[in-house]
Amino acid sequence: MKSLFNLSFRYKIPLWGSLLIITATLAVSTALIVQSYDDLRSDLVSSSASLGRTLAKTLFSAMIQEEVWQAFAIIRAPLHEQSDDKLVQPEMILALDQQQRVFVSSHPKSVPMLTDIRKLDDEFARLAELIVAKPGPDAPIIDFAGARRFYAAVPVAEEGARLGTLVIVYSKEVFLPRFRAGAWRGAGIGLLVLAVLLPINWYWGQRTAAPLIALARSTGDVARGELLAPPPGTYPYDDELGRLFDSYGVMVKSLHEKTLLEEEMIRSERLAAIGRLSAGIAHEINNPLGGMLVALANFKRRHEDDERAGKTVAILERGLTQIRDTVSAMLVDAKIKGRDFAPHDLEDVRLLLAGEAHQEAVEIDVECALTESVALPATLVRQILLNLLLNAVHASPASAKVICTVHVAEGQLRIQTTNAGNAIAADLMNHLFEPFVSGNEEGHGLGLWVTYQIVTQLGGQIAAESRDGLTQFRVALPLGESHA
Amino acid sequence: MKLTRILAVLAALLALSTAEADDRATPVRIGLTPTFPHDQYRPLEKWRLYMERKLHRPVEFTRRDRYIETMDLLRLKKLDFAWICDYPYVHFRKQVKLLAVPVHNGRPYYQSYLIVPSSDKTTKSILDLKDKVFAYTDPYSNTGYLAPRFELQQAGEDPARYFHKTFFAWSHRRVLESVATGLADGGAISSHVWDTLSNGKPELTRAARVVTKSADYGFAPFVARVSVGDEDFRAMQKLLLEMPSDEEGRALLKELNLDGFIVGDTRLYERTERLIRAVGEK
Repeated sequence: MKSLFNLSFRYKIPLWGSLLIITATLAVSTALIVQSYDDLRSDLVSSSASLGRTLAKTLFSAMIQEEVWQAFAIIRAPLHEQSDDKLVQPEMILALDQQQRVFVSSHPKSVPMLTDIRKLDDEFARLAELIVAKPGPDAPIIDFAGARRFYAAVPVAEEGARLGTLVIVYSKEVFLPRFRAGAWRGAGIGLLVLAVLLPINWYWGQRTAAPLIALARSTGDVARGELLAPPPGTYPYDDELGRLFDSYGVMVKSLHEKTLLEEEMIRSERLAAIGRLSAGIAHEINNPLGGMLVALANFKRRHEDDERAGKTVAILERGLTQIRDTVSAMLVDAKIKGRDFAPHDLEDVRLLLAGEAHQEAVEIDVECALTESVALPATLVRQILLNLLLNAVHASPASAKVICTVHVAEGQLRIQTTNAGNAIAADLMNHLFEPFVSGNEEGHGLGLWVTYQIVTQLGGQIAAESRDGLTQFRVALPLGESHA
Repeated sequence: MKLTRILAVLAALLALSTAEADDRATPVRIGLTPTFPHDQYRPLEKWRLYMERKLHRPVEFTRRDRYIETMDLLRLKKLDFAWICDYPYVHFRKQVKLLAVPVHNGRPYYQSYLIVPSSDKTTKSILDLKDKVFAYTDPYSNTGYLAPRFELQQAGEDPARYFHKTFFAWSHRRVLESVATGLADGGAISSHVWDTLSNGKPELTRAARVVTKSADYGFAPFVARVSVGDEDFRAMQKLLLEMPSDEEGRALLKELNLDGFIVGDTRLYERTERLIRAVGEK
C-alpha cells in the first residue's frame, strides 16, 4: 500500500483522479440501475394493480354464476394481448375460490381446475397463507425471497364480500431481461462517461504533475550542489505553484551567490596564507643567501687565477642568483616608496613588450584614459601591467589583438586586459593566483601570483573571466595619497 | 253520407298501401345459435346481404349464445326464423315449424363427437373420464349435452355425479377450445362444427382428439315461428332450398360447410325424441 503512495505524482494524480471518476461513475450507474429496477417494479405494480382491478371486477360475475368459460376467457385475454414492452406480460393468471382452490387458470394444463394451490409448490403455499392472513384490497406485488415469480393477489369481491382471489403471476425470468436492458443502459452511460473523463483526467494529471516533477528534480540537483533553478517559463501561471517557482528561483540564485562568495573567501584566505608562508620562507632564504653571495664574491676575488675554482664558483653563483631571483620574485613588497604612476609609464610598458609582441605576432592595443599621474606606486602598477599583458600576449593566437584599458573611476584605477585564445580551464581558474600554477609550459607560474600579491597589498581586487574565447583580467586599485 | 263512403274507401286504400309498404320495410328477423360457428361475422354478413337481395326486404340476424334465449325470442315474436338445435326443436315443437334441414356430406344428419385433448392418448370412451372436468355446450344442445349424458346413462352411470366438474361453454366451438387448452378433460361437440373448424381452424382441432362418435341425429334445423305468415315462410324456404342453384349461394354454403338445405321431415328427429325421453329431460 505504501508503495502506492510512493508513486510519482505523474501517476498518482491521474490514478487518484481516475479512482474518483470511476467511483463516481459507478455510483451514478448503480443509481441508474437501481432506478431502472424501481421503474420496472413500479411499472409492474401499477400494471398489475390496474389489470388486477379490471379483471377482478369482471371476474366477479363470472365466478358467482360459475361461468367457467367466461372466467377463462377473462383471465386469458391479457395473456394473448401483444404487450408493448412498457408492461410486463404476466406468466399466468389464476382465479381462486374461497378455499384457495383454482376456480380457473389461464394455463389449465399445468394448473387444472380445482387444484389446491397449496399443493402446487412452496411458493404457492406461502402465497395461500398470505391470502388467508391478509386479504388486502390493493394489489401489492408479493415477492418472496428466492422465489422464481412475483405475485399480485387481488380479491374478487363486491362490497367487501369476498368470493375468491385473482392471482397474477409474473415470471422473474421475463422481468430480468428488461431489468438487464436497463442495467446495460446504465452501465453503457457509465462507460461512455469514463471514456470521456478518464483521458481528460489523465491529461490534466500529467499537466499538474509536470511542474511539481520539474521542481522536485531541480531540488534534487540543488541538494547535489548543482545550483540551477528550473528555466523560467516552466510554470508560467501566477497561482500558488507559480509563486513557489518564483521564490524557488530567488532562493537558488541567492544560494548560488553565497556559494560563489564562500569560494572567493576561501580562495583569498588560501592565497593570503600562501603569501604569508612564501614571504616568510623567502625572508629566511634571502638572509643567508645574501651572506653566501657576498662570501662567494670574496672567494672569487681572492682566487682569480684558479681557473678550476673559478668555474665551480661561477656554477654556485649562477645557482644562488637563480634562487635569489625566484625568492625575490615571491617577495613582493608593496611598501616600496616611489613616484606615482603616470600616463607615460603605460607607454613604457608598451615599448618594453613590443619585442615580445612582435615575436608572437600579436598587436597590443592600449587605451589610456589617464591625463595625469595617479596616486599609486608606479613600479608596482607597471609590474601588474607587464605581468598581465605578457600573459595575454603569450595566450593570444597569432595576429590577434590584446586590448588593454586603463581608466579611473569611483576613486579606483581600473585596468582591464582582454585577449583571445584558449579559455582557462575551470579547475585551473580556482588556483589561478597561486604560485607555480601555470597555463603553459613556459614560465614558472609566478606572474599572476606576484600580480595578485601586489593587488592585494595595495588593497585592490583582481578578477579573471574566461568565456566565449575571450579571457579578461580586471584589476581595481584604490587610489592612495600622492607621493609626488 | 257519400262523403263518408269516399273517405272510408280512401282510408282503406291508404291502410292497404301502408300495410304493403310496411311489409316491404319490416325486416325479416333470423335468430342464429351456436349450433354452427355463428360468431364469424364476415361470412354471415355476406349471407345476410344475399338474403336481403333475394327477399327484397331487410334481414336482421340476432345472435344469441344460449338456445333458450333464442327460443324465448321466437316465443315473444321477436324472431321470425331461427337456426336452432334438434333438441330445442323437438322440445319446443309446438312453438316452431320446420323450415329446412341442412345437408352435410350429402346427408341431413350429424353426430355428437366425444373429444379429449390430443395429449390424452389413453381415453377410449366417455367411461374413462370419470371424475374429470367435462365441458358441455348448452343444456338445450343434443350433441353437446344430451348425447354424452345418454351414453353415460346407457352405461349405468349417473351423469349428474359422474364428473368431478362440468360447465357449459355455451358453444361447440368453445367446448373445442376448452378441451384444446386443457381447461376441460373432455367435451362433446357437433360433428358439423368439428368438421367446419378442422378446415377453418385446424390448430384447434389438432389440439384435440375425437374419441367416439355417436349415432346419427337429424341435423340442427332451420325453423320458423309458428305464427309466421305462409308467404314469408315459403319465401324463406325457397331462398334456402335454392341456394345451391346460384354461384353466390354455393360460395356461401361452402363457407357454412353445407351442401344445401332440404325441406326435411319430422321423422328425421325421431331418434332425438327417443333420446330426450330416455334421458328424461323432457
